[in-house]
Amino acid sequence: MLTTPTERRRRPIQRCRPVSPPRRRWRRYLGSYAFLAPNFLGFLVFTLLPVAAAFVLSFTEWDILNRPRFLGLHNFDQLLLFRREGSRLVANDPYFWKYLWNTVFLMFGIPLSVLGSLLCALLLNQRLRGVVFFRTLFFLPAICSAVAVTLLWKWIFQEDYGLLNTWLRDIGIAHPPRWLVTTAWAKPAFIIMTLWMTIGGYNCVLYLAGLQNIPTELYEAADMDGANAWHKLRYVTWPLLSPTTFFIVTMAIISGFQGGFIAAYMMTGGGPAGATTTIMLYIYQNAFQWFQMGYAAAIACVLFALIFGFTLVNWRLSQRMVHYQ
Amino acid sequence: MRHRVRRRDVAMTALAYIVLCIIGLTMGMPLAWMISTSLKDPAQVAVASGKWVPIEQVVSRYGPEFAARVSGREIRGAEIGRSPQGMRLRVLAPARLAGRTITVPVDRARPVERVHLEWRNYVDAWKAIKVDSAFRGLLRNADAFLVFYINSIIVAVAVTLGQVATSSLAAYAFARLRFPGRDKLFLGYLATLMVPGVITMIPVYILLSRLHLTDTYWALILPAMFSAYGTFMLRQFFLSLPRELEDAALIDGASLFGIYWNVIMPLSKPALAALTTFVFLHSWNDFMWPLIVIDSLNLKTLPIGLAHFQGPYLTEWNLLMAASVIVMVPVLIVFIAGQRYFVRGIILSGLKA
Repeated sequence: MLTTPTERRRRPIQRCRPVSPPRRRWRRYLGSYAFLAPNFLGFLVFTLLPVAAAFVLSFTEWDILNRPRFLGLHNFDQLLLFRREGSRLVANDPYFWKYLWNTVFLMFGIPLSVLGSLLCALLLNQRLRGVVFFRTLFFLPAICSAVAVTLLWKWIFQEDYGLLNTWLRDIGIAHPPRWLVTTAWAKPAFIIMTLWMTIGGYNCVLYLAGLQNIPTELYEAADMDGANAWHKLRYVTWPLLSPTTFFIVTMAIISGFQGGFIAAYMMTGGGPAGATTTIMLYIYQNAFQWFQMGYAAAIACVLFALIFGFTLVNWRLSQRMVHYQ
Repeated sequence: MRHRVRRRDVAMTALAYIVLCIIGLTMGMPLAWMISTSLKDPAQVAVASGKWVPIEQVVSRYGPEFAARVSGREIRGAEIGRSPQGMRLRVLAPARLAGRTITVPVDRARPVERVHLEWRNYVDAWKAIKVDSAFRGLLRNADAFLVFYINSIIVAVAVTLGQVATSSLAAYAFARLRFPGRDKLFLGYLATLMVPGVITMIPVYILLSRLHLTDTYWALILPAMFSAYGTFMLRQFFLSLPRELEDAALIDGASLFGIYWNVIMPLSKPALAALTTFVFLHSWNDFMWPLIVIDSLNLKTLPIGLAHFQGPYLTEWNLLMAASVIVMVPVLIVFIAGQRYFVRGIILSGLKA
């Protein structure tokens, strides 16, 4: 335990202090515990213990009405493993894999969203008149209630009278895709909506702050070396924004795995034929529609493991790719 | 040389503005479409043409008005009937032909239209659903959206106050006070930030249901009042404050709470404002948790209320859009009014976290 001279000066030397009886020691920290107590009690009851409880729950079967039944690893078995039927390998829970694919598919929009936000930030960083107006305008979709926005896009994607198909018919496409009622186009529709909601929003603001942290001397030096705008973007801006990009991508992955609930619930109910059901909706259905609390907890644990794994991978990659000033 | 650079600068600036406008239009158009739909009457909504301005056909004393080009002249008349030859119009204009009856082929008659904003949609949406009894009988047969608004306000205010109070107290303890296990405990707080929210939802629901607290305000307020994120953010901020002011207060004989209340809190206004905004917005827009714990109509918050509204009015898009505008408007107004502070708050919480 290395200590700096300052710390050694501040902390009294332990050896020479008389050892006080436990009760008096506890009295010394009474104030600290008092400050901590409200928050810690709530944290204990509503965060810490539930996390442990969820883990335990995933090994049981419980529908709240009856007593919980201990099942060992059966839930995970049912969820993740495959069995042999005849000559083929069949998943024990094909819905889980299908919904996992849905969740991952919806996350393919993340790179587009991040790059779009970067573009907006680059534009808004210019010293132009009216930038504040545009910044407010770009941020509006992010501030709107997700429920209202999904309802709006459900209307826009409406296959007969919606705005999108009306335009597509106007420009000559006689049979535009029927979006939310088809299995092929429902997920791309979700991605389009998510792009609208996220580009220009929080990520753009974070990028703006990151851009303003880049010292202008670097750009001047690049100018002197004969760099054009693209070179400056690639060799100065992008590397120096990499910490912000790392943060944004990590957050996007974490929230991407947990996404799609409101959209699926409001727009499609998870359909058609389960094409838009994500893991979150599957957990909700298991826990609060079919009252399979244990199974739902198991799915949630697997989700946590996935998020943790991807975050770790992302962090490892960032060791090589993120440059700090 | 300078002349060439200046022209190129102008071109680049123009290009920037063009792209900004394109993106701006993409952001704004769906919202404008929402408002446009909310002001149309039902007949216009289910029409496969993207008209932006809500219109209605002018109806004169004699019938709906149509315009047609007859013998090179523009005639305007009211439809008084149909015949095998077409539509019979009683001429209204030009004046010297008024009163006469002419027949035009149906496909040559264009309806005469004028702008008409159906504000009634908002009133209809507001009054569409009634709540029998709300707030322990204080309101009877109230409009559902009024109840939803009040519920959202109650919950969001309570959660925000609770979170800011408990988080700042705990953050002060973590930042400035010393006690055994402080750093390990804080690491524990941080670790739970990584855990997806859905994991805690199931056990907390079970806990509340055992305590018979589901379907009450407590179910909405209690779990949300304690957050590791707020504690984390405020602790980072408190750590950055200079110690001298606290030392001075200590010398003056201030108690721990006195330092907290009189020194730390006033200095932390930006961080507190950021946290307040963040927590309030999150609570206001929260959907999944209220959906899980609340069944009674009189306790539903705005997002759930809007989802509930969708049920019986599934295809009445003008009402649905009006309801959506009703739900979105307060936040939009507050945001536009205070967007500078809001943006500053995001940067503060995002970078410090």
